[in-house]
Amino acid sequence: MATLKALAEPNRLHIVELLLDGPCPVGKMVNRLGLRQPQVSKHLRVLSDAGLVDVRVDAQRRIYALRPAPLQELEVWLERYRRLWEGNFQRLDALLDELKTKEKKSGRTKR
Amino acid sequence: MTNTGTLKVTTPTDLEIAMTRVFDAPRRLVFDALTKPELLKQWLLGPPGWSMPICEIDLRVGGTYRFVWRGPDGTEMGTRGVHREIVVPERLVATERFDDAWYPGEALVTNALVEQGGKTTLTLTVLYESREARDIALKSGMEQGVAASYDRLAELLATPGSRGMEKGAKQSQK
Repeated sequence: MATLKALAEPNRLHIVELLLDGPCPVGKMVNRLGLRQPQVSKHLRVLSDAGLVDVRVDAQRRIYALRPAPLQELEVWLERYRRLWEGNFQRLDALLDELKTKEKKSGRTKR
Repeated sequence: MTNTGTLKVTTPTDLEIAMTRVFDAPRRLVFDALTKPELLKQWLLGPPGWSMPICEIDLRVGGTYRFVWRGPDGTEMGTRGVHREIVVPERLVATERFDDAWYPGEALVTNALVEQGGKTTLTLTVLYESREARDIALKSGMEQGVAASYDRLAELLATPGSRGMEKGAKQSQK
């Protein structure tokens, strides 16, 4: 749940997408996102609290990287829901075709 | 891939999520498929390998329904609710509460069916008790735009030795 809440904000989702390309220093994120440094830092703190990112300090730079575990959990969740509806409606299409064919055979009028 | 061409997802208000889908069948058949257990059990199944061993529907206003799904590993997931409004074959309103509540509170599910030229547009609207509950459900992949972003995550996570994660893991261990 903490994972979903952390990702519910578009800028934070954007940061996560950025980090999919690999670890990134804060300065570079600021440039890429077009946000101010305090805003980026605030979002990174939320992501870090949710266990989504790790930070290491390299000289003067703070470099952030994704932590895979919470995302995998989230992915399982998302997949379940998405597949539920996509799969369901495709099966319903097939069932409705079947029902229509049956009606035609039994000679029932359309209305 | 996601079927974004046919399944449309919108947020009419802060508390709602609506899904719209067109079916090539008259609405009385779609309504049957939504309300007859022997039909519902054939399609409302979720991921591959899941079945719906329990599907009980008392189709009266105030009547209850009970659905239980079972996964390939025996995991069960259940939901129940009460019918609030029934207009055959155009409208069905019922409450919904999952056994393991993954969103806070109860939701109100409305199925509205509009028929035109032998095709039925089904609009499924879920009204949550709070914006928080709605957003949790929304971020769970119902909205295709968000789902598309997550698709990338899913793809990446599914690939062993994928770029972002591996690099991240290696460098954070340095």
